[in-house]
Amino acid sequence: MLPQTRTARLALVAGFVALALLPLVLPPFYLMLGSTAFVAATFALSLQLLVGGTGLVSLGHAAFFGIAAYSVYLISPGDTPLSVFVTLPVAMIAAGLSALVIGAFALRTRTFFFLMVTLAFGQMVYFVFHDTGLGGGADGVFAPRPILGIEGFSLPMGRRERGLTLYYVNLAVMAATFLVLAGVLASLFGRVLVGIRVNEHRMRMLGYDVYAYKLAAFTLAGALAGLAGHMFVVQEGFVNPELVGWHRSAEALLIIILGGLGTLVGPILGAIALTALGEASQQLTERQLLVEGLVILAVVLVLPRGLAGLFSRRARSAVAVEVATAEDTPTAQTGPLGAAAPVRTEAAP
Amino acid sequence: MSAPAAPSPALSARGLTRRFGGLVAVRDVDLDLTVGELHAVIGPNGAGKSTLINLLSGDLAPTAGEIRIGGTDVAGWPAFRIARRGVGRSYQRTNILGELTVLENVRLAAQRGRTTVGGLLAPAGRRRDIVAAAEAALATVGLASRAARTAGLLSHGEQRQLEIAMTLATEPTILLLDEPLAGMGPEEAEATGRLIAGLATRHAVLLVEHDMDVVFAIAKRVTVMVNGAVIATGLPDAVRADPQVRIAYLGEDA
Ligand SMILES: Nc1ncnc2c1ncn2[C@@H]1O[C@H](COP(=O)(O)OP(=O)(O)OP(=O)(O)O)[C@@H](O)[C@H]1O
Ligand SMILES: [Mg+2]
Repeated sequence: MLPQTRTARLALVAGFVALALLPLVLPPFYLMLGSTAFVAATFALSLQLLVGGTGLVSLGHAAFFGIAAYSVYLISPGDTPLSVFVTLPVAMIAAGLSALVIGAFALRTRTFFFLMVTLAFGQMVYFVFHDTGLGGGADGVFAPRPILGIEGFSLPMGRRERGLTLYYVNLAVMAATFLVLAGVLASLFGRVLVGIRVNEHRMRMLGYDVYAYKLAAFTLAGALAGLAGHMFVVQEGFVNPELVGWHRSAEALLIIILGGLGTLVGPILGAIALTALGEASQQLTERQLLVEGLVILAVVLVLPRGLAGLFSRRARSAVAVEVATAEDTPTAQTGPLGAAAPVRTEAAP
Repeated sequence: MSAPAAPSPALSARGLTRRFGGLVAVRDVDLDLTVGELHAVIGPNGAGKSTLINLLSGDLAPTAGEIRIGGTDVAGWPAFRIARRGVGRSYQRTNILGELTVLENVRLAAQRGRTTVGGLLAPAGRRRDIVAAAEAALATVGLASRAARTAGLLSHGEQRQLEIAMTLATEPTILLLDEPLAGMGPEEAEATGRLIAGLATRHAVLLVEHDMDVVFAIAKRVTVMVNGAVIATGLPDAVRADPQVRIAYLGEDA
């Protein structure tokens, strides 16, 4: 859902404009970094439909990212690149269909078991690519970058232009994903997903086929993860099993938590922050993972509602005052993903 | 009192039984619900009243017996399909969408029967008809002024009213109400009792309630359960006079 207040909407537009203007001042090296962050954000956004939207915590989401990436490689004959108009639909449909099939099984389970089953399916996909010759095996393989346009009529992807092109293309892809998900969550369909997250049992008793709604959400999230996976190949020009591994799924969850569970802005902020943090800690220290871990821990402890919480007045007071009291204020309004501050549902009898 | 040919029941259960291990929570219960006839089920704690509602609503699958709605046996169906057959229920322990606004709780209830798969991607705010239906249900239970509040922050009595509004917004023909007055103040309870009596003219209502004053004031038919089994059923006055009932149940209060 889009931010509720006028100010918040203006801030959002200003944020996107700032990202669009950034290349004017940014050295070329950072363009690639920005582009990487936008792909990570697109991927995390797709997962947010499940986690923040529907209440489904999946540890296998990278499977769909990777399946899309591999499908680009698999349909490109030899070293000949195909048009993005071919590769993108194929990649998203392959990812979406995989999500439909895996979801049909995994969604029979719930909570912790769902986490485990999605992890298991993800690792299955990982080993298919890791242990067979399908896509270069354990080492991966170079994949021809799809042409951004059609033969003779495409965006410049030469070594020197590539950074700027990818920066804007991936920024646009991220923005489009954001808008699609905002529309979905504001729709009749999306409202049901939010209802399922809040109280699945009650939704069932209102007559909703909860399983079908979850499966539709899982499939859409898979297809959008495929969009991110496709853009990864456009940027990097290779595929390897790491794209599918559970690390990538866990990283997307981390991005969501870092950015804020209740919003669509969260995954974007989280992805940018994590990418910047990774780069900074790599440049400044030799203990990159330790520094990253400590910073993330600190942010999560200080900002229970993630980085996105910084931009909401109520969350600021939650930091300044006391988390518990701020959550109990009776002025709670429905937030961006249909969530007010956490509230006790059970009333004392 | 000679009535015209009795209308066929909207829901009828035969031989309904549910075991939990060795415990028979509901034992061989026959029950009919008819539009216009408020049917109250009373009985001491643990008698199996909530379990009976859980069986009828599909929250639980019966161990044995059948539940006919419009000629179809729905026993063992998934709960959402039973709900779509026109069965709406409220819960003894408040069961709402606490994080969402009061209006959104009822709007989601109203949305289900008013959409098609193809129309699901329409912005929720555009469907004024659904919002209007939700607002009407809120007005019916007297919660219109609370529409914008977070449901979990309502008072206990208000949450009970919201339960009823959600149930109504699905436009069921059969209403299963599990102790809707529990925890309400006297004024709320009286108003809600009157509301339920009014609903019974257009719905087939099953009312489980401990408040005997309300039950005997508004019920057209009373069934008494003890230890999972029906020990008496009939017109309120007859049930009240039944010696078995007096011993087994009402006697406790005397
Ligand atoms: N899910 C369950 N598993 C095991 N036993 C259960 C379950 N649900 C109910 N029971 C048992 O079944 C019996 C009937 O319970 P039920 O809740 O239907 O009673 P009730 O008539 O609604 O009581 P009350 O007036 O206290 O609400 C009780 O002994 C209860 O402990
Ligand atoms: Mg009960």
